[in-house]
Amino acid sequence: MSNEHYSLHINGQEHQVQDSWIGESLLYVLRERLGLPGSKGACEQGECGSCTVYLDGQPVCSCLVLAASVCDSQIATVEGLGIDGSLTDVQESFLTQGAVQCGFCTPGLVMAVHHLLEVNPSPSELEVKEAISGNICRCTGYGRIFAAVEEVVITRKSK
Amino acid sequence: MPIFSPMSLREAVDIYAEHDSASLIAGGTDFMVEVNFNHRKPSTVINLARIESLRTWSVDASKAVIRIGSTVPFAQFEKPDFAKLSPALSHAARTVGSPQIRNTASLGGNLGTCSPAGDSLPVLFALDATIEVASIHGVRSVPIQDFMVGPKKNVLNHGDIVSAIIIPIADGFQDYAKVGVRNAMVISIASACFALHSGTCRIALGSVGPRIIRCTEAESFLQQEMTTTGVPSLEAIQHFSEIVSTTAQPIDDHRSTAAYRKHAVATLSRRLALRGFSL
Repeated sequence: MSNEHYSLHINGQEHQVQDSWIGESLLYVLRERLGLPGSKGACEQGECGSCTVYLDGQPVCSCLVLAASVCDSQIATVEGLGIDGSLTDVQESFLTQGAVQCGFCTPGLVMAVHHLLEVNPSPSELEVKEAISGNICRCTGYGRIFAAVEEVVITRKSK
Repeated sequence: MPIFSPMSLREAVDIYAEHDSASLIAGGTDFMVEVNFNHRKPSTVINLARIESLRTWSVDASKAVIRIGSTVPFAQFEKPDFAKLSPALSHAARTVGSPQIRNTASLGGNLGTCSPAGDSLPVLFALDATIEVASIHGVRSVPIQDFMVGPKKNVLNHGDIVSAIIIPIADGFQDYAKVGVRNAMVISIASACFALHSGTCRIALGSVGPRIIRCTEAESFLQQEMTTTGVPSLEAIQHFSEIVSTTAQPIDDHRSTAAYRKHAVATLSRRLALRGFSL
């Protein structure tokens, strides 16, 4: 066991990580060391997507990122999406469309959907399915998640 | 310092040579699963993700090849500019894990892990890829056939770093197909890459043997048919897929049965060949 000290750039702020073990995942460091529990841990093997964060703007599974290896990267978590703790339009639509049931997959899905709509503001149904193919939801059957995405697309276009 | 993030390959091979217990990571998607499940306790890690020369791919037009840095994320191969140069690798890349995995996982990882289920490996075998391996002694080129020696076993020694993968630019049909329990996020039960390259026919199979299997007998048969009739008949392609199936050496395991895998590679190879000859 070693005592690692390093800093991570998360949501525009620098966070110091003290006395950590070299093998710790970014998910573990976020949740257990830095008090950012928005990213969820379920499968720990990259299958469920509930731990999705952005690494230099790209969605990745934080459970499969070695925390100490990303000191030079910009990390964004679900906590950093809304301004001053307010909900984003995607989060609002998840609520109004009932796309949240147990809620465990929601932070990861919200991250995946935000990224999709940033790179592709009017995705086809297949493109939405592809974009959230790495996020497993065992409650909703996905229908209400697609409805939420559609609502955001329409609302953003009307603005 | 138990983690090193060298900026150059030269620096990386020097560090690796000096640290006997060091593990290499690029994206870390295989490595971290082992760590998370306590199958691996790293003490020293060399992170290759910061080495710019490993993160880019380029075309050598004079040799008609693509040189791919070992840590280029799979997501890059899905893009149209790459897909038109190597449709089979692009398609295989698109079947790896999820978008999140493809943003970090790389060919170097598939080669380092060397699982018979590695999605890119049948493509590299079908295209006779060359693997560039760097160490303090210099860079050597290893044909993919010699690189993979068994399930999760390759020719790399401590100190060796896969730096690049070289494949030919497609000059004919090539594609990859796999079977799994669902469409997304799946480890293959059986997979195949079929390519018509420089007038030759190639078929390579994944997940149905200790290594990736090139079906040379089936290739020769189809080659013969192409020479005599131009486009092979439906019966010939059926026979081709039957030979492919007999070449597979699958086992029963937690993902599937040997019998189903033999059936699956026959279907995959038949479909790919039909597509290849537009039948």
